[in-house]
Amino acid sequence: MQLARVIGDVVVTRKDENLMGVTLLVLQPIAADGSAVGRTLVAVDSMGAGVGETVFFVRGKEASFPFYPTEVPADAGVVGIVDHWDVEP
Amino acid sequence: MQLARVIGTVVATQKHRKFDGAKLLLVQPLTLENTPRGTALIAVDSLGAGVHEKVLIVMEGRAAGEALGRKLAPVDAAVVGIVDTVDLVRE
Repeated sequence: MQLARVIGDVVVTRKDENLMGVTLLVLQPIAADGSAVGRTLVAVDSMGAGVGETVFFVRGKEASFPFYPTEVPADAGVVGIVDHWDVEP
Repeated sequence: MQLARVIGTVVATQKHRKFDGAKLLLVQPLTLENTPRGTALIAVDSLGAGVHEKVLIVMEGRAAGEALGRKLAPVDAAVVGIVDTVDLVRE
């Protein structure tokens, strides 16, 4: 999983039927020091995260597991909202 | 699998229920020379690895779910070992 900041959401009217009712968020992955790293991506959300929050997300087929047994066609999904993280020097 | 260093911990009250009771560690993948490689990521830990320890991680969903011992867990990385030593034979 990776840390990310929620920087937006995506509205898609015409979509795969298994994406109906699923929130799509735009994420900016961040490094351990909080700085942006790598490309932004769109992830499904099962946690009710909002713009500005720090979250962690899972990549791959496992992103669809929170929606089981619906087979949501997703390759990234928010699975937690981060309270805080600590890096020890 | 990859060698990594545990560099910190992540606290998240709101998380998918399959994470309940699992520890979330920030791990930094390492090269064989122990230099950081790539971005730090979050791995679930059920072995009790501590900060600064060198660990063996899987970075694939199915393997991570098995390490956690839970079916349908939305995870993609897990600690599967705490490294004692790595011995390399260089010609």
